[in-house]
This record gives sequence, C-alpha cells and structure tokens, in this order.
Amino acid sequence: MSSVTTKQIVVPSERDLGAKDMLLNLGPSHPAFHGALRTQVLLDGETIVDAASELGYLHRCFEKHAEHATYQQVIPYTDRLNYVSALMNNVGYCKAVEDLMQVDMPERVIVIRVMLCELSRIIDHLVCVGTNIVDIGALTNFWYTFNVREKIYTLLEKITGARLTYSYTRVGGLIRDLYDGFGDDLKTVLKEVETAVQEVTKLVANNRIFVDRTRDVGAVTKEQAIAWGFTGPCLRATGVDHDLRKANPYYGYETYEFDVVLGEKGDTYDRIMVRLEEIRQSIRIIHQAMARMPKGPIMTADRRIRLPDKQEVYSSIEGLMNHFKIVMHGVVPPKGEIYSATEAANGELGFFLISDGTYKPFRLKCRGPCFPIFAAYEEIIKGSLLADAIAILGSLNVVVGECDR
Amino acid sequence: MSDVKRHFDEFHPGLIKELRAVAMGEALVISPGDLRLVALALKKDLGFDMLIDIAAVDFKGKAEPRFEVDYFFYNLARKTRVHIKVPVASSDKPEVDSITDLYPAANWAEREIWDMMGIIVNGHPNLRRILMWTGFEGHPLRKDYPINKRQPIPVLDVNLIPERGKHS
Repeated sequence: MSSVTTKQIVVPSERDLGAKDMLLNLGPSHPAFHGALRTQVLLDGETIVDAASELGYLHRCFEKHAEHATYQQVIPYTDRLNYVSALMNNVGYCKAVEDLMQVDMPERVIVIRVMLCELSRIIDHLVCVGTNIVDIGALTNFWYTFNVREKIYTLLEKITGARLTYSYTRVGGLIRDLYDGFGDDLKTVLKEVETAVQEVTKLVANNRIFVDRTRDVGAVTKEQAIAWGFTGPCLRATGVDHDLRKANPYYGYETYEFDVVLGEKGDTYDRIMVRLEEIRQSIRIIHQAMARMPKGPIMTADRRIRLPDKQEVYSSIEGLMNHFKIVMHGVVPPKGEIYSATEAANGELGFFLISDGTYKPFRLKCRGPCFPIFAAYEEIIKGSLLADAIAILGSLNVVVGECDR
Repeated sequence: MSDVKRHFDEFHPGLIKELRAVAMGEALVISPGDLRLVALALKKDLGFDMLIDIAAVDFKGKAEPRFEVDYFFYNLARKTRVHIKVPVASSDKPEVDSITDLYPAANWAEREIWDMMGIIVNGHPNLRRILMWTGFEGHPLRKDYPINKRQPIPVLDVNLIPERGKHS
C-alpha cells in the first residue's frame, strides 16, 4: 500500500498566473464617468497602481470668447461652465462685473439671487448624490433625487424661461421678476425636496452595503485637501471649516442662519452626507430669503447700466444718448481689475476680470472649483480598487463644463 | 493685506516692488526671480496655506512687459486673500519658476498657463499641454492668436501614464 502524500494547496497570486499590468482607459465616453473626462489607469488585477488624467474634451475656450463679447454677452457663456447649477455661474460673473463697477444693487435682486443660488445648490447636490449612488448600485435613490430635481427645474423654468441654461441675471440686476404665486409653488417644491432628502438619507446612511462601499473609500486628509486646493463640500468633508458664505460673506449671507456642514474622514461617505445635509441648510436659507423678500426694482438705478425709461428717451437728448450708448456699447466698467469669488455648489467659483475701459473684458479668468479637485483625482485613486475609482469620482462631483471651460 | 506688506518689509525688504490697488483690495508686485521666495514666505510665515488659482495675462501692445502671471493665495485660518503679480521679463521667452513643490495645487494651473498663454514654467514636473491636445500649435489665449483660427484635431493614441514627464 502506498502512503497518501499530502500537498499544501497554495493559492496562486495573479502574478504567478502570468498576469500583467493592464492599461485601461476610463472615459472619455463612459457611462460611469460623468462627462467627457479621461483617466488612464494602470491595473494590477483590480488594484489601481498608477493613474493619469486628461481633460480638454469639452474645452470651448470660454476665456477667449469672453474677450470678444460685451459684458452682457458673456452671461450665456457662463451658463455652460457648471451646467448643473448654471444660475450660480450667472451670479458669480455678474457679481464680479458689478463689484468692479461698484454698482449699488437693489435689495430685491440680492435676495432673489441668494434664493436662486441656494436652489441651484440643491439641484447640484441632488444630481451629484443621485448619480454617485446609482454608480455604486443603489438605483432607487436616483429616482428620489431626480424626481424632485425635475420639480425644481419646472419651477426655475417658470421663473427664467429655460430649464438648463438660464442666463437669468444681467449685470446690474435680473432679466425678469418672480411671478405671482411663486412663493406657494416654492413651498410645495421645498417640502418635496425635504421628503426626498429624508428618504435618501434613511435609505443609505446606515445601510451596511452602502457604508461598506463608501466608508474609507477615497479618504482625503485635511492637509491633502488644502494642499490640492479643494474648496466646497469636498474640503468640508475632510473637516475643514471653510465656506465663503461664512468666511468672506457676500450678499448678506452673514444675516442668514445656517450651519456649515463638516465631515470627519473626508471619504466618499462623508462627501455624500455633507451634500445631503447642505441641501437641508440651503432649504433653511431659502425660507429665510422668502420671508424677507423686499419689494422693489429688479434692476439697478445706475445710469451706466440701466436703460432709461422710454418717456425719457423720447423727450430728452440725455435720455436718448444714454439709451444709444447702452444699446450700442453695453456696460463699460472703468479701467481696473478684480478677483471676485462666490461659494458655488462645488466650491469657490472665482472670476478674475481685467477691464481696460472698453466694452469688452480685456481678460477674464475663471477659477472653476472642479479643476483642482479633478487634478487630485489621479492621486486619490492610486492604490484603490477600480470599482472604488467610480465611487470616488462621483463623490468629487467633477463637472466637465467648468473643468475644461 | 497690509500685514503681508509689513511682514515682507520687515523680513524681506525690497521683495515687494509695488503695492498696486485693484478693486476691493491690493495686489503685490514682485519680480519673477523672487517668486519662490515669496511663495515660501507666504506659506511658512504668513499661513497662506492654499493656492486658489494662477492666471496669466497678455498685455500685448498695451503695457510692458507683455506677460504677467497672477497668483491668488488664501489663508484658511484668518480667511484672507493675497494677490501676487509677477510681470514676466522677457516677451519672447516668458518664464516663471514652478511652485508645484510648495503648493501641489499649482501643478495643473501651471500646465494651463503654459498651454493657454505659453508661459514656460521652470522646474515643473510635467509641463505638457492640458486643455489643448498634443501637437497643437501656438497658445490660444495670447492676444495675437486669432479667435477664428482652426487647427486639425489629430487622431492620437496617446498613453497618458508612459508619457508623463516627457515635456512636449
């Protein structure tokens, strides 16, 4: 009888089986990649060893276009920056020009802008959270968030006439006033948003599968986030208390009651939760804005910007000349430059504007918050699993229109 | 802002060439050779821990020197900003030093000023085009680049990881 020999079973590693590193393109056209982004990853099995990103697929040279358009004509271009919350770009750009001209803005314009910015922030966060969670397999939440987003779009359509690219602000004011009965519509919509956010939070916050899929995935430390130039929810998720609405208040944000939402670990879970909570804070701001909504004009009285009344145009030479100059040349800021920043949905949206005293911007540099965030993406995903890279990208909320400009 | 000027006057006299008034603030003008020194002082001594953005401007025909690079820093603890202006000496071969090792956020921003404005960033680890494609000729944000100029978009199979670090 021959004795039975035993052999220890050794699980072969992928290397032993002759696996080689694989170069894989994520994007530029891929359903899980939000927009025309391309990141090339070097894979060892499912682990990302190295990564490099490329952008420019949606580049339209917004800054060059801006140099060849009048100040008011630039506004439609800004819609295309962060097209998920286009109103905030309108406001950010107009604020830069108005600050450069030192325009006295009517109170009603400012309150309406604050309210619409917060509505846009809600849309942006809803889109980000919805698509991020659907990417990692939780489909239901997508309907919850996108249903109410649709309601807000309908509301904004009623105000502005457009669903995505609003061009609602003008240098010095707004294109049209709110309609009658807007307050009631808004209340209904906000109630629905609150319910949706509540439902999504309940579905995911303590969901074992979701938590395992997002906790400690793509964690960014405070120091890293600051060094990489993160702003907005991605920075706050790491625990850095920084929100331009509180830090350098504009448009009277210091008079509104709201909390800056902070995360702890800076991982995907925190980024999603920060956004969900920020939606609730935005709702608080909108309620306060509606409560204080002052009556008054929706355009500044500044003669450099506002078209004179028809009566004046027809009856006085000054009025006629004023009208002619504004129609032919538009807004003409004085010589000078300004860097103006607002807190957009993804972080600091800055416009560096140089005026040479003519009717076109001499130079307009846009600082989109996504640009530095996407720059760090290749560092963040190194060492993580390929599937996690998708979860991380969604939570960073890179909007290519703003990244590529 | 004047704190920043005072600090430089005390510890690095002569570094700030000029204090220029801009709308809602001031900008500090420095010479290109001092950029890294200033950036280091801003980071280590003055607590400007965040680089917000870098912008390059072409003043062709309007002012001398032709190019200028603007740096925007932010101090998260004190919630203040500082705006540094660097006039670039040569208009044929505009150059600035890289601050990517001090502020990692400068990496792509410096690639952008190279790509769009043709400012050479010395010491940058990966000075390749970023918004335009490899093989693009010229720098579109320069004032002498015509707005209606078209260039053929090549079909390239560029591998990003192996290409890193090879300057084009």
